[in-house]
Amino acid sequence: MADWPLYEVFVRSKHGLNHKHVGSVHAADAEMAMENARDLYTRRSEGVSIWVVPSSAITASSPDEKEILFDPSDDKVYRHASFYKLPDEVGHM
Amino acid sequence: MSKAMTQQEALQEYLLRLADSDMILGQRLCELCGKAPALEEEMALMNVALDLVGQARNWYEYAAELIDDDRSADDLAFRRDAHDYRNALMVEQPNGDYAVTMGRQFFFDAWHYFTLASLVKAPDERIASIAAKAAKEVQYHLRRSSEWVKRFGDGTEESHQRMQTAVDDLWRFTGEMIEADDVEQTLFKAGIGPNPEQLAADWKGLVNEVLTEATLTPPPEDAWMYRGAKVGHHTEHLGYILAEMQFLQRAYPDAKTW
Amino acid sequence: MYAQLVETGAKRVKSLEEMSPEEREFQLKIDAETKIEAKNWMPEGYRKTLIRQISQHAHSEVVGMLPEGNWVTRAPTLKRKLQLMAKIQDEAGHGLYLYSAMETLGADRDEEIDKLHEGKVKYSSIFNYPTLNWADMGTVGWLVDGAAIVNQVVLQRTSYGPYSRAMIRICKEESFHQRQGYQILLDLMREGTEEQKQMVQDSINRFWWPSLMMFGPSDDQSPNSQQSMAWKIKRKSNDELRQMFIDQTVPQLEFLGCTAPDPDLKWNEERGHYDFGEIDWQEFYDVLKGNGPCNKERIETRKNAIDGGAWVREAARAYAEKQQQKQQNAA
Repeated sequence: MADWPLYEVFVRSKHGLNHKHVGSVHAADAEMAMENARDLYTRRSEGVSIWVVPSSAITASSPDEKEILFDPSDDKVYRHASFYKLPDEVGHM
Repeated sequence: MSKAMTQQEALQEYLLRLADSDMILGQRLCELCGKAPALEEEMALMNVALDLVGQARNWYEYAAELIDDDRSADDLAFRRDAHDYRNALMVEQPNGDYAVTMGRQFFFDAWHYFTLASLVKAPDERIASIAAKAAKEVQYHLRRSSEWVKRFGDGTEESHQRMQTAVDDLWRFTGEMIEADDVEQTLFKAGIGPNPEQLAADWKGLVNEVLTEATLTPPPEDAWMYRGAKVGHHTEHLGYILAEMQFLQRAYPDAKTW
Repeated sequence: MYAQLVETGAKRVKSLEEMSPEEREFQLKIDAETKIEAKNWMPEGYRKTLIRQISQHAHSEVVGMLPEGNWVTRAPTLKRKLQLMAKIQDEAGHGLYLYSAMETLGADRDEEIDKLHEGKVKYSSIFNYPTLNWADMGTVGWLVDGAAIVNQVVLQRTSYGPYSRAMIRICKEESFHQRQGYQILLDLMREGTEEQKQMVQDSINRFWWPSLMMFGPSDDQSPNSQQSMAWKIKRKSNDELRQMFIDQTVPQLEFLGCTAPDPDLKWNEERGHYDFGEIDWQEFYDVLKGNGPCNKERIETRKNAIDGGAWVREAARAYAEKQQQKQQNAA
């Protein structure tokens, strides 16, 4: 949502050792993101650890040798439209 | 006129109050299905509703055992009319806008939280175990609803107005919720139920704290209070809620299965 | 199933030789069953097709809450109420998983939802039918979820990583929905009153054909399927999936002791499949284009919820900003 930024969600289940990326949630702030993540990705599991991180805070590597076409913000984790403004000549994407 | 209430009678009444409040609030939240102001709120509301109806079932089952007149938990939920229902007036109020929804939730969650905190220590094992599971859930409900009250109170001009209006309109249903009548006094004396004075004080303390933090004005304590739910005299809303909720059981009274 | 009216933009599937080096590398990955992830190079057509399909899938989950929401306040027992509430909550969750997967492709959730509300994109046609009696709660679980599962199980192997993972998660949660739906009907047929049994048959009569229509037009009417299949966005054809569904469902129908409103439905020993009657494609396209029983109401409900909730979302944002400001001032 335009007014609720995106957070990436990482969950460590009871039996696992590492946090695993499970998806994302929209929220107004980190606290809400935590609760939304709990409601969506863990329901009522006990002993679960959840990390929420603003998507904009994550730096990701590029898996391809070539630069991704039409993506000036190459180090953002996704092609989230809300993260960058495209030049008008590129057209609607 | 009040004949002395036996502990058993008081307990049955009290269990029905717990069950009915959970049930009716769960029902109100079900009405919001597909209509929440954000998709994430759909999840959250249904999560709370599931907890409440699950708790209701637990209390109804115990109540049915104690009442012991062949009625099942379903019979108690679906075949009692409004004058037999013992839910708090607060929970039967309509959903209104989201400020009202969250205001209603917060006022009830605060009562519910402190009540369960006490019931987990009840000598009655059944009560203690139902309360233990419920207490964890309600802690989460309270966290959510108090946050929303703060968000609205200290959000935008519009949300502040709506939240203040909601608080002012719902206030008249808070009195009976935190007062103790014979039932609660009896159970407290028997060491089963919460300390009524402590409960009221805890509730007021938390409510004042949250409202203040939300930059809202708590209504006056001596405001007029609507009463009657504890003896089955509800607002006009409950009749309609039950008519919808109980329709199938009433329309097919001979059905043995659903 | 969710690709109804989705244009891949490709007039025909290119051969490997005709492709550019990037396209070829991409296609070889797909042929080798390597998952495509968000940051990989992808043809624009692939990206757009996926956004359209995943968004329509997500919209379907969310709109799909409404026909069941219609009965959740009237569920007849505590157990049925809890089951239905849990199912509806799962659907909301599935919608959210899917929007989340869609957003990895650069789509904006708000924008996509606006398109839904403006009637520019579709959702599964089945949710435009009304739920008129309690047995519909069983039928929806059994037939509608059943059809969705046939499609979704196959989609678990779709080429786009985030979509595939969302499907795996969804499939895990979905199996109990269908079983519970069927159980509702089975209990009513086994121990119900005459009225309740008629309720079940009436329900099946109304939902049978719309459930078959969920699989979309027949293969010869689906020109875009070829490119979607080449890109492994789609893994089996509409007709294949529809046949799979019918074959698994008819024995279940017979076990219930009910009939389908199709006089041509019969086992074909030679084919090893059930033969079935001709689908009313006029009805299918009418509903898809917005002239179904509930199209208007479904969209209005969703639009009112989101538009009416603007002040709520705004307030949450404003509060978050104020809090952040306070923290910064305190630091």
